[in-house]
Amino acid sequence: MIDLVLWVASLPIGQALRRISWLVPWLQVVHILANGVILGAVVMIGMRVWGLSRSQATIAMARRFHPWIWGALVALTVSGVLLIFYTPRRALLDLAFQAKMWTMVVAVAATLALLFVMQPERQGAADKAGPHRLASLLASLTLVLWVGVTLAGRGRWFAAMMTRMIQ
Amino acid sequence: MFKELMLWLEGTPLAMLVSHGQFGFGALEMIHVTATTFVFGMITIVDLRLIGLVSRDAKVSDLYRDVIPLTWAAFVVAAITGTLLFISQARAYSANIAFQMKLLVLLLIGLNMLVFHRFVYRGIAKWDHGSAIPLSARLAGAISLVGWIAVISCARWIAYLMY
Repeated sequence: MIDLVLWVASLPIGQALRRISWLVPWLQVVHILANGVILGAVVMIGMRVWGLSRSQATIAMARRFHPWIWGALVALTVSGVLLIFYTPRRALLDLAFQAKMWTMVVAVAATLALLFVMQPERQGAADKAGPHRLASLLASLTLVLWVGVTLAGRGRWFAAMMTRMIQ
Repeated sequence: MFKELMLWLEGTPLAMLVSHGQFGFGALEMIHVTATTFVFGMITIVDLRLIGLVSRDAKVSDLYRDVIPLTWAAFVVAAITGTLLFISQARAYSANIAFQMKLLVLLLIGLNMLVFHRFVYRGIAKWDHGSAIPLSARLAGAISLVGWIAVISCARWIAYLMY
């Protein structure tokens, strides 16, 4: 892991980023905004497949939030990767960051599964209003995982406390 | 007078608990950031619909009633945790330009929402469905969207301009 950190730290992109350090807070802002869009889109999909939405409780209406998720995932990944380049040591060696990464892998997998079960050809004539069991379950799981990812983004204090307790 | 008030706030038992507790500040900040992120994600959906960029086949009022209760709940969480974070370092925050700007923008967002509710939302029946959204509603959506982006930008900059 240390080798990886040293290698990432030596890359010219990280050095360039460290020279324009005012960019970093803006990358973090983009990262937070994209995170928010994902949370919002997952809740909106969830409300439709849980049958909680006022009028558009159909899978077809929930599907229109898919591009939001794709767009936000791209923004989240690009800004996140650039931030890792900026401070590889702080990011990669932090326990909270590692927890966030693993949670995110599962969250992305759950999101992809959710989008998959909502595909028109999989729903077919079942494109009706009302709760949809599998999609409901996946939407709940996806939401919980993304909230977890968001919390872990500010989880450094928790990792530090756990480390202190172990020592 | 103001400085004394800030100093007094920092000395209250609640503020001491946040600033000196083992995990007070970190835990509150974690919840504060998550709740604020959630508020932005939810309100953006309504704002973009008001501007007329997305979901034009959905009724504004339906979307509004879906989104607003959850958004308010998250906002209350963000406001409570934010207040607790503030009192733990009241002097430093109140002197922080990014923090001052954040509060100012929040005030503008609040005013925007009041005006929208009082004057624009009342006539919603006329433009609830379809894309002929009045300029006042588009403007309210745009102000809210830009405002929330500004709030989060200021919030992120607070840490960089501390001390």
